[in-house]
Amino acid sequence: MSALLEIRGLTVGYGWSSPPAVTAVRDVDLTVRAGEVVGVAGESGSGKSTLAFAAIGLLDPPARVLSGSVRFDGTEVTTMSREELRQMHFQSASMVFQASMNVLNPVTRIESQFRDAMAAHGVSSRDEARRRAEEAFDLVKVPRRYLDAYPHQLSGGMRQRAVIALALVMRPKLLVLDEPTTALDVVVERAILQSLNELRGELGFGVIFITHDLSLLVEIADRIAIMYAGRLVEEAPARELYENPKHPYTVALMGAFPPLAGERQRLSGIPGQPPDLRDLPPGCPYAPRCPSFMPGVCDVIDPPEVIIDGSRRVLCHLYGSVEASRD
Amino acid sequence: MTSPTTLSGTDVNPASAPLLEVRGLSTVYGVGRVGRRQEVAALTDLDLTVARGEVLGLVGESGSGKTTFARTLVYLERLTAGTIAVDGEVMPKHPSVARLREHRRKVQMIFQDPYSSLDPLHTVAHAITQPLRAFNIVSRRQERAEVEELLQQVGLTPVKDFFSRYPHELSGGQRQRVGIARALAARPKLLIADEPTSMLDVSIRLTIMNLLLDLQDSHGLSLIFITHDLAAARYVSDRIAIMYAGRLVEIGPAGVVLGEPIHPYTMLLRNAVPDPTQSSVARIQAEERGEPPDLTALPVGCAFAPRCEFAREECLVGFPAWRRGGEGHEARCVLVDEESP
Amino acid sequence: MNWREIRHNRRAMAGASILAVFFVVAIFAPLLVPYSPTAVRFTPDLPPSGYHWLGTTINGQDIFSQVIWGTRASLFVGFVCATLISLIQLVMGVFAGYVGGLVDTVASAITNVFLVLPALPLLIILAAYLQGGSVFVLIAVIVVTGWAWGAKVLRAQAIALRERPFVQASRVSGESRWHIVLTHIVPNMLGIIVSNFFGAALFAVLAEAGLEFIGLGNINDVTWGTMLYWAQEGNAILLGEWVWLLVPGLCLALVGTSLGLLNFAVDEIANPRLRRES
Repeated sequence: MSALLEIRGLTVGYGWSSPPAVTAVRDVDLTVRAGEVVGVAGESGSGKSTLAFAAIGLLDPPARVLSGSVRFDGTEVTTMSREELRQMHFQSASMVFQASMNVLNPVTRIESQFRDAMAAHGVSSRDEARRRAEEAFDLVKVPRRYLDAYPHQLSGGMRQRAVIALALVMRPKLLVLDEPTTALDVVVERAILQSLNELRGELGFGVIFITHDLSLLVEIADRIAIMYAGRLVEEAPARELYENPKHPYTVALMGAFPPLAGERQRLSGIPGQPPDLRDLPPGCPYAPRCPSFMPGVCDVIDPPEVIIDGSRRVLCHLYGSVEASRD
Repeated sequence: MTSPTTLSGTDVNPASAPLLEVRGLSTVYGVGRVGRRQEVAALTDLDLTVARGEVLGLVGESGSGKTTFARTLVYLERLTAGTIAVDGEVMPKHPSVARLREHRRKVQMIFQDPYSSLDPLHTVAHAITQPLRAFNIVSRRQERAEVEELLQQVGLTPVKDFFSRYPHELSGGQRQRVGIARALAARPKLLIADEPTSMLDVSIRLTIMNLLLDLQDSHGLSLIFITHDLAAARYVSDRIAIMYAGRLVEIGPAGVVLGEPIHPYTMLLRNAVPDPTQSSVARIQAEERGEPPDLTALPVGCAFAPRCEFAREECLVGFPAWRRGGEGHEARCVLVDEESP
Repeated sequence: MNWREIRHNRRAMAGASILAVFFVVAIFAPLLVPYSPTAVRFTPDLPPSGYHWLGTTINGQDIFSQVIWGTRASLFVGFVCATLISLIQLVMGVFAGYVGGLVDTVASAITNVFLVLPALPLLIILAAYLQGGSVFVLIAVIVVTGWAWGAKVLRAQAIALRERPFVQASRVSGESRWHIVLTHIVPNMLGIIVSNFFGAALFAVLAEAGLEFIGLGNINDVTWGTMLYWAQEGNAILLGEWVWLLVPGLCLALVGTSLGLLNFAVDEIANPRLRRES
């Protein structure tokens, strides 16, 4: 399968000065194939949202791409014109945001929002737009009559489904979801995720799923990428990451989720503070909090990216140099 | 004063009188303008007991009433019916200002959002000093030492560094620690933590939960830990109570409620939580049946019945009474004490 | 708000500088006037010259001295009115908004009544009715018609603040109502309170001048407004005495502008989202 989205060496900065004050994403490689779910996990300041925005060309000043490339379906996104980006958005690549009320206009009926979006992408007939909107609502299992309602008349879960329907109505090839269920109840969340899974099977789009909830990703993602302080510190197939995490941060992050069953044990979070992106130490950004910290190495030299088992990547000195990991 | 019993009437070991006793608590408030007023039944007929030194996890989703419950316990909301008793003393229905102050000295609250629960214009020291002064905990001269001691206890060290800082100079976790210090300043007996970690980064959550557990242990406090996160509730709590549509529906020891739930809603919650330790095949797939309950128009009978896959006719008659499922484990469901579904 | 932000805001500095100049003039007016502003011993209708920098009026008074003296009246009325208006707004807006309940209902009703009364006609009617009184009559009239709108704004803000978690937390921490209003509510609304103050001052300065221009103030006082009245009476336009007409108006415009600038600047400082990118 050829890649739907290929990100290579992407570096994104925030700030008006040059070089910008904050490097939100540094030197990230990521690939997404059609029909695949790639989960991106990290905490605040990890750069996961910035990465997602950059992936579909939604970065606005003061954020800007400093280096690297993003190729969507073969075309370079970072150099697209506004018009090209506009055409790409919604039609080929779509995004679902965390708060549905950030997307839906509270003073218009939901149907008109669908119409507006479709009209901007060539569907000018009202009937055609209505038909497509109804189909989209069927896909996400929201009763059709809610198309004529105002957003506040729907519950949170339904609104989020409506937003997903909106994102899918033009049948994009790539769907980027930024914490789509974080604000929702866990029961609603499960139902929505199930729908998403079914839809992916039917329509075959690729998904980038951003969240802080690692246990969620283990269930729904094919591959998971872990981000810390703007760097992609580990990437692996979901199950393998869960059973055998390599990067110390991944290990610690997994340990930060108390289990639902089993022995009750005292766990510890990750000591220290999340890094200040304006003032990153040299070497590995996780070094100050890492239990496997190697003085003279981790705080001086940038960690290398090591390929393990052919399909896994880790950014860590523990795993030696690139050559060392044939297995 | 009757000895503590479980809600269905069984005697519990009355080793010590309970710290908090809530009976028949209801909170109803009106929304909307004159003429189109609707009543929201946020809490209905709640019975709850919290023992000294106990950690009770209160679990519910949005609309369950858990935050209203917390606010009612500290009188930020007015209750419409029922009684609250702390340390054996029942609170009057319309407490005076003095009585309220006395109550808040014993029952303190930690708020959910560390980014808005501290006055942005006040330093850390100022924020912690205010309850010290309002409740006359120490003399003016001893204030500084007391604040330093509290900062030490919540792990904001070196203490001198944090004294004069403003909230925007602190991380989310640090702000929450200040919130905890502020609550502790009153030297309360009962702490109510309203979703204290849901707005924090994952890696910080455990440190705050551990802090709360340590403080609870060293000060002999009772703690009500309110959350929608089942796993967090399990980590922290001795007992867990599940809320739905303004009522308690299940209560029991933490491991038992989560491991062998007897109320269908608890089962639904349990299966909806992402749990990589279980294989996907074995889980009951939860459909989004119906809507979360409309608190302005609750059905007669069990509020969960419209969404319950085991619902029967008797469920529609009246809200089920408490029934025992095991030692200290009860639920308000007609299915309890019968074959497990 | 902190001082560094204030110093860096160009509009604040511009407004403050202009206002400062006028304040200095007002304070040192007795030392700065070349002649007594009311003395009528000069030749009337003289153009600007070395002896009379701005010429003389139809009554033989030195215009320059009058302009300087007039600064006092405008600033005095402006700031006294602003202070009184702000105090009323604090009670009827902030306190009532925070306390809620019956107090708020009554205060809101009163505010709404005053809001609905048309300010300009009311101003004129009251001034005409009480004509011939002192400047304090003018102040009273301006305050009565000028407090309501700002009170509504402050009330809205107080209500919003009341619901903020840190205010609720203060209640649980045992703080009294007054303590909360003074240490939490007011400081967190300081921007809007100060901004309202400057807005009220602007309204007062212009209202005073307006009333005096149409002859409803004490026409024997020397203020910019009465200067305009006399310029009108003395047919300054017909006689081509532009200076007499324009200079008081220009001073009013400058003071008004400086107050307006300060108003905007305080808004910007208090609400970072309004700031322009530097």
